[in-house]
Amino acid sequence: MKQKTLNQKLAILSDAAKYDASCASSGTTKRNSRNGSGLGSTTGSGICHAYAPDGRCISLLKILMTNFCIFDCVYCVNRASSNVERARFTVEEVIWLTLEFYRRNYIEGLFLSSGIIRSSDYTMEQMVEIARKLRVEHQFRGYIHLKTIPDASPKLLEDAGLYADRLSINVELPTDASVSRLAPEKKPPQIRKAMADVRLQIEENADATHTGRRKPKFAPAGQSTQMIIGADASSDGDILNSSTRLYSSYKLKRVYYSGFSPIPDASNTLPLIKPPLIREHRLYQADWLLRFYDFQVDDIIQPEKDGMLDLDIDPKLAWALANRALFPVNINTADKHSLMRIPGFGSKTVGRILMARKHKSLRYDDMLRLGAIMSKAKPFVTLVDWTPGGLIDAANLRARFAPPPEQLVLL
Amino acid sequence: MTPTETVSLKLPQLELEAAFRQKARLALMYKLPPERVLWHREHESKADLFAQNSTDLSRSGNSADESTIRVPKTYLELMNAVLCHSDPERFHLLYEALWRLQDDRHLLQNRSSHLITRLETMAKSVRRDCHKMTAFVRFREITDTASESQHSTSPRVFYAWFEPDHWIIERTAPFFANRFGDMNWLIETPKGCARFQEGALSYSNGVEQPVLPEDETSQLWNTYFLNIFNPARLKVKAMQSEMPKKYWRNLPETALIPEMIAKAQNRSEKMQKDAATHPPVRAERIRAMIQQREDAELAIAREQITAGGLAALKHQASSCTRCPLHCNATQTVFGEGPSDAGLMLVGEQPGDHEDLSGRPFVGPAGRLLNDVMGEIGMDRDEIYLTNAVKHFKFAPKGKRRIHKNPGRTEVSHCKWWLEAERAIVKPKGIVALGGIAALALTGRGDAIWKRRGSVERLGDGTPVLITIHPSAILRLAGAESQAARQHLRADLLLAKTLLSGPADEQDLRTGT
Repeated sequence: MKQKTLNQKLAILSDAAKYDASCASSGTTKRNSRNGSGLGSTTGSGICHAYAPDGRCISLLKILMTNFCIFDCVYCVNRASSNVERARFTVEEVIWLTLEFYRRNYIEGLFLSSGIIRSSDYTMEQMVEIARKLRVEHQFRGYIHLKTIPDASPKLLEDAGLYADRLSINVELPTDASVSRLAPEKKPPQIRKAMADVRLQIEENADATHTGRRKPKFAPAGQSTQMIIGADASSDGDILNSSTRLYSSYKLKRVYYSGFSPIPDASNTLPLIKPPLIREHRLYQADWLLRFYDFQVDDIIQPEKDGMLDLDIDPKLAWALANRALFPVNINTADKHSLMRIPGFGSKTVGRILMARKHKSLRYDDMLRLGAIMSKAKPFVTLVDWTPGGLIDAANLRARFAPPPEQLVLL
Repeated sequence: MTPTETVSLKLPQLELEAAFRQKARLALMYKLPPERVLWHREHESKADLFAQNSTDLSRSGNSADESTIRVPKTYLELMNAVLCHSDPERFHLLYEALWRLQDDRHLLQNRSSHLITRLETMAKSVRRDCHKMTAFVRFREITDTASESQHSTSPRVFYAWFEPDHWIIERTAPFFANRFGDMNWLIETPKGCARFQEGALSYSNGVEQPVLPEDETSQLWNTYFLNIFNPARLKVKAMQSEMPKKYWRNLPETALIPEMIAKAQNRSEKMQKDAATHPPVRAERIRAMIQQREDAELAIAREQITAGGLAALKHQASSCTRCPLHCNATQTVFGEGPSDAGLMLVGEQPGDHEDLSGRPFVGPAGRLLNDVMGEIGMDRDEIYLTNAVKHFKFAPKGKRRIHKNPGRTEVSHCKWWLEAERAIVKPKGIVALGGIAALALTGRGDAIWKRRGSVERLGDGTPVLITIHPSAILRLAGAESQAARQHLRADLLLAKTLLSGPADEQDLRTGT
């Protein structure tokens, strides 16, 4: 077999990595190389260096170390039973690509993932070696995200967290039953155990030692995970309950939702679908409400919808329409919690409202300047010069927000 | 200078900020109203009409006291950003704001002021331009390889051409200096250039676009850009709003975009239409290998189970699904301690920390228990510690997990394991910590505060000392908490003395 060129390998191993949604490079410790002793910096917020026509940000060199894999997860392009072309980078090749791309300001750093070859420990060892060499031998101070392998030895996980900014382990599917069915070699309890270990290690290293010395930071940008949406029959309620459990149990920075997307050489046990992009979007919105707006899953998921979110309107608006008795809210007197629940109000807007109303009573025009989306909010609020009147109870209120129904055409 | 005369002030191309601050301060000292000041900056406007008759303020007039000029910090931040803007009117607007700030300290908070809205919009545009510059500058290597062999330690040299909307080179260059500290680099733009050489950053006037050298690595970058794209998720608008076309000229990879878009639908449809293929031969080999590994793991598990004892029991419990609690918890938290321990301590259920680490009594309540045991000389290593329920029951609340009391059904499902532990360890005595432990052991979980300190007897005669759970102490405050701690301490001491007594059977009975 002819040896593949670096360019060919890069084509195969970036193509294989695109199904991971995360490309975040934010929230880590601040570093720089101003004194010339190394390469790279992190400023706290990430930078998207390019955008592909799929609208996704390209911030990191997101590649697989190899797409050979002994696992046979039905939804995965790299599963053992697939005929996709395989390749494998050497440790040095990944390092070279990362550094040379970085020097040209193409990327913020590396997001390294891998198929599992030989054993979990063997694979993880190679990945950690790449991170170690980048940090120690090349003094690389850019961002590193390592996908960790759940059943790799704890020592390897410990090393990974010392070199990487972020660690992630994908739960893949919202329920254990789906994982067992579609990813037979993956063990959900093992995945949870690994996430628990990461959380404990992060917390342990955050505490000072007995002598008061600071320990090295462990995965300073935290841990994240990903769930595939639409490959199994899980409802949005199942998905959000699962996320809530993950956030509260393992202090995840993010749960990423990745709409199941067509892959080359798909398995015939899992028919390909058009990726459910709107559903994915609504889940992210709901996820935001749960984390920053004090909503509970039961608020967002309405029982009569079979546990599914409304695809036509955003989940906050859907909640408000279903709970009209709580509206309209008086902007000049309501507490923060009630303001946060108004459709069209973000947390920034609410902060500005709380500041501004100390000085004056707010009017409709003030709201626009404070950043509120009044086209959405107006049926739900009262201001000095505005009351929604009968609008809040109008039977067609939902129709005012939902996109018009698609017109049918004759066959 | 007459009171109505217009004063024109000249600003330099480089180090604009310091110059504007100095001149604006002077103008304020001379109490020059905004309409009497004309600002202009060299090279910025093509017809440099005023260059000849710039006024030198320092030579004339009656000035106010310099120390009276004060501005809020937010003005300086706004000023620094707005100065970079390409609008020639910015100096005038900034000076007007400065002028009005002297009488109205809260001018900047007034979001309904037209002036402030305009300045804020300009600042926002500058910040976005700066951010896009940090994102879209593309370096090409121009290291002289012939000389490199002689000085292999000298820094590599890179070049970038960029076309910003605003005069942001001095504002943005420090970002590149922080990031590419071990390189020598030059960023040229029509609106100023920055050079970083051997650790020193310097600026010069803008230039015209030169002929750019090729960089082979950009081919690899194009390969990456092409392949990281998912054709099934075409969202051209989203791409363009973040990467506006005005930047495309200097981003080599964007030349690929039209074809990527054109082919996307076909590629996506093809994936859906293509029939599934037969797995490669390799797949069968891999399957066999994995099967072999799983068989080996199973064999080890079987061995453990047939060997019996606590290890076997723990292994079995690790995959317990007798009640639904296992779905949400991380793992089964089994008991730990010597298999021939004289004393068994039974708690309620694992908490947040126990669930994560897989060991009983390692969270706040566990630490409190350790402290109390330490005070009375009880050795944790000699005791068998376990819980009535082996999985953590909780309700997620934002970023935390709130403990929930296990129900009667969960307790009775889990009793199977507690009984099995009891059968192996055969403790001489048991301490039930709290109501749930009491419920699991004695069938009654009520009136713990009344029952505490007393010894009850199980069906097989094993004595159970009832006491409170250490977490109850943590929930109380002040004197109540102290009193509860004394109770726990007294009860544990009682358990200790009863057990170490020569005729425990006899003594324990008197406890009732």
